[in-house]
Amino acid sequence: MTLWQIIILASVICFALKFAGYLIPPALFSRPTPARVANLLTIALLAALIAVQTFGQGEKLVLDARVPAVLVAAGLYALKVPFIVVVIVAAAVAAGIRALT
Amino acid sequence: MTTPAPPDPPAPPGPPAPPDPPAAPGPPDPPADEPAAHQAATRTATRAAVAVGVATAAYGVSFGALATAAGLDVWQTCFLSFVMFTGGSQFALVGVLAAGGVAAGPSAVASAALLGSRNVIYALRMSPVVGSGRFTKLFAAHLTIDESVAVSVAQPTARAQRVGFWVTGLVVFVGWNLTTLVGALIGNLIGDVSSYGLDAAAAAAFLGLLWPRLKQLQAQAVAVGAGVVAALLTPVLAPGLPVIVAALVAVVVGLTNWLGDRGGPPGSQTAEISPIEGMPS
Repeated sequence: MTLWQIIILASVICFALKFAGYLIPPALFSRPTPARVANLLTIALLAALIAVQTFGQGEKLVLDARVPAVLVAAGLYALKVPFIVVVIVAAAVAAGIRALT
Repeated sequence: MTTPAPPDPPAPPGPPAPPDPPAAPGPPDPPADEPAAHQAATRTATRAAVAVGVATAAYGVSFGALATAAGLDVWQTCFLSFVMFTGGSQFALVGVLAAGGVAAGPSAVASAALLGSRNVIYALRMSPVVGSGRFTKLFAAHLTIDESVAVSVAQPTARAQRVGFWVTGLVVFVGWNLTTLVGALIGNLIGDVSSYGLDAAAAAAFLGLLWPRLKQLQAQAVAVGAGVVAALLTPVLAPGLPVIVAALVAVVVGLTNWLGDRGGPPGSQTAEISPIEGMPS
């Protein structure tokens, strides 16, 4: 697949999912179990992406400047600091550690 | 980075949300026997919509920068915000591509699709709210994201719910696309990704999407389980696949409702939408 094909395919699927919700009979999906699975899927995928993005380097696990940066980010979210500020601070922490070591 | 500072994060949209009126089937717009009250509700909905919309749109900058850092060009980055338009899936797609390159394409598509699956539930919830007509539903589908749904369900009347949905969706759409372009242009100017800490910024961005969803024990358990599974599988599987396999944690816990809230009234867990604090979808 080329990058464009990946992007277009994923975009079409994401739109189809949204539109499907307006087409399918509500009774089919609005039961607790499918709703719960969909909800937890979001959580699992985000958590998995965080883990890979924090520890992964290709197919290796490494501990580097990203770990303290993410810990700082977690602390800031707990303090209800706005998203964009947290993201910038996390980048700065990682960049700072790399510059000093 | 010359990131436009977003306004203060909006207070949770609207007044303290009254218990959700069940999205009533039937005419979405009851006859206005109390026009003043209706107008007040509609104004509140509009204010909440604009506040959430503007705040969220600012995060498009981080998406744009991260996408170009992952190897997308400016057109590809903007295409995602315009056509895919669901932040979680967009971040997931570029996250997997950043780790595994084009070779991880199938995993990237699958991650985006799995993350987009919650929009099905949102759409079901919004179907009686947005208005009727095939084209209306088509446009509504495109604007069905965390923010528009969260603002909508917090409104007290049917009309305010509809206004909340459409205004939030449109404001986020316009803002998200403009700021994505800004972020992509900034990202293009920045050369080496890791020396600016952009890789850490990506992890922090995902954490920001996850954070407001972790209020319940079940959610926390799934997050920890999926994170551990993904990390442990990283040395074993091709890039991108660990994330997909980790999604099974959600399926297993969801089907068994392990650590779930069994005592709640029936239906209390349908279409669960965490109130957002200005988080992108």
